[in-house]
Amino acid sequence: MTAGWVHHLIIAPVVLPLAAGAFMLLFDERRRALKATISLVSAILLLGIAITLMSLADASAPGASVYLLGNWPAPFGIVLVLDRLSALMLVLTGILAIASLVFAMARWQRMGPHFHTIFQLLLMGLNGAFLTGDLFNLFVFFEVLLASSYGLVLHGSGPLRVKAGLHYIAFNLAASALFLIGVSLLYGVTGTLNMADLAQRIPSVAPEDRMLLEAGAAILGIAFLVKAGMWPLSFWLPPAYAAAAAPVAAIFAILSKVGIYILLRLSLLFFGVEAGASSGFGSDWLLLGGMATIAFGLIGVLASQAMGRLAGYSVLVSSGTLLAAIGIGNTAITGGALFYLVSSTLTISAFFLLVELVERGQDTAAAVLAVTMEAYGDEYEDAVDEEVGLAIPATLAILGACFVVCGILLTGLPPFSGFVAKFLLVASIFNPTGLGASAEISPTDWILVALIILSGLSALIAMTRTGIRTFWASLEGKVPRVLVIEVLPVAGLLLLCLLLAIQAGPAMRYMEAAAQSLHAPQNYIKSVLAAPRAGGGGGESR
Amino acid sequence: MELIVALAIGVLTASGIWLLLRPRTFQVIIGLSLISYAVNLFIFAMGRLRLGAPPVLVDAGVGDPGLYDDPLPQALVLTAIVISFAMTALFLVVLLASRGLTGTDHVDGRERR
Repeated sequence: MTAGWVHHLIIAPVVLPLAAGAFMLLFDERRRALKATISLVSAILLLGIAITLMSLADASAPGASVYLLGNWPAPFGIVLVLDRLSALMLVLTGILAIASLVFAMARWQRMGPHFHTIFQLLLMGLNGAFLTGDLFNLFVFFEVLLASSYGLVLHGSGPLRVKAGLHYIAFNLAASALFLIGVSLLYGVTGTLNMADLAQRIPSVAPEDRMLLEAGAAILGIAFLVKAGMWPLSFWLPPAYAAAAAPVAAIFAILSKVGIYILLRLSLLFFGVEAGASSGFGSDWLLLGGMATIAFGLIGVLASQAMGRLAGYSVLVSSGTLLAAIGIGNTAITGGALFYLVSSTLTISAFFLLVELVERGQDTAAAVLAVTMEAYGDEYEDAVDEEVGLAIPATLAILGACFVVCGILLTGLPPFSGFVAKFLLVASIFNPTGLGASAEISPTDWILVALIILSGLSALIAMTRTGIRTFWASLEGKVPRVLVIEVLPVAGLLLLCLLLAIQAGPAMRYMEAAAQSLHAPQNYIKSVLAAPRAGGGGGESR
Repeated sequence: MELIVALAIGVLTASGIWLLLRPRTFQVIIGLSLISYAVNLFIFAMGRLRLGAPPVLVDAGVGDPGLYDDPLPQALVLTAIVISFAMTALFLVVLLASRGLTGTDHVDGRERR
């Protein structure tokens, strides 16, 4: 084993947050500084590990790095698989986690018990879902992240959150039931749960069983579409995200991308070009559903009066664009979609944080805070005195600048990464085989391009309207008191978007390489099924 | 036996979905529980239905998989039961919180007028 300890890092994104979360349970709620430190250190370590893993994944391409849990060979034991896509998602999770935690340290962590523990468990679920190579294991990690998200959506309490949380939980529990039905149908037909093994067996499924297989895959897909927020399944999303506390909503921005990630991975693995009779199964549904979601999202963006809901509907627009891109499913557009995924997740996360800061001076937020204070009265009152850090001067100017940048990013105007992302998408819809080669452009492609551009326009209109109403209206409401550590994460995320636009070349090379290995799943399958067990003598893992 | 299992799954799912669509939080939670029972039975059925076959190896017929029941769905069901139990408990807490904060057991937190 030459790779040595680096190879063992693959399990770290799951174990580290679990250990940190469990460790924090030992301390009393009052030792917030300690808990926040542990939590933040864990998140920073996670980001470091994720970046290391990214270079590992890049180095071991075109295959994938496989970690055999329990040292059983692949179809029998559960495996963790690291390739470029999962490494990318890990890095994104790490970035968002740090931003949310820093933001929460100012005041939100005091609004309810066990914030940091639940947050770490959410990170564990996210990382596990991105790494696992086994369908049932995916279900378990999915439930871990959902259970912690149920806790987090209720963080801060209050009737509004409990009501939105109730709908969110009921909807996702029903979706989990569908997940199980889909998984067990796939198992019933193929007799395996390992994703690579499944991909290998699907082409040779008997014709009479094929309908059952496709039914299973479709039911499984619905469970992920609920999470991703495809149109008829998405009515729970904007209220739940808008009602959640700001740092929670910021990390939730990647929760809907988990559904996207799994759909992208499974549809290309199971129903790629080599899947025989089932090749391309469901891609039309994804394309049409994605387009419907963009349309619904852009109407929602236009109709939103509150900024929180505007952000919630922006999540839908982003999901819809990605779903449609997966539905088209050629290598060029997948690369563009990955870039869009990173850019839009960072943007929406920053926007959710910003919304809370801006609304703090307004009545709506004051009402929510009042409710929160009612529920957590005593704890909050003495919390005001011990607020740490400096309140920044020229608050409104800085918030306004961040708001403008968010608007530019959501709209997709230069010079930020939103423009690059949308340009890549539109360019690869028109030129699926690369520039210069002419290709037939179907009517659906035209509609999709129109929708992508219209969604930018609607974001521009909505953001301008909200911005004028918030920043240019007479200043009767008091100027919100904002701390430096609350603005830093927002500015940091937005700067990352700028960096992504400046470094679009190297970033895009990585995304394209990731897309190419997704579209050629043989390497993935081969490296999972041929993964060597850790050495015979003294090679025990850990 | 197949018919009985199929009917049981069907009846549980149908009742579960009906209850899930009702406006009272307690009905929703019972509906979700019924659906999770149906799903557990369904996972069992996906490992094929057999009577009297052991899921773990016994001395008599080691090596002949035809003598055994598929143990994997049983392990899956066990996990699913634990998870759905925990989720029901969690949902129950949210239900009580909602009842306490809004004073009604309607899922929307207010009675329809």
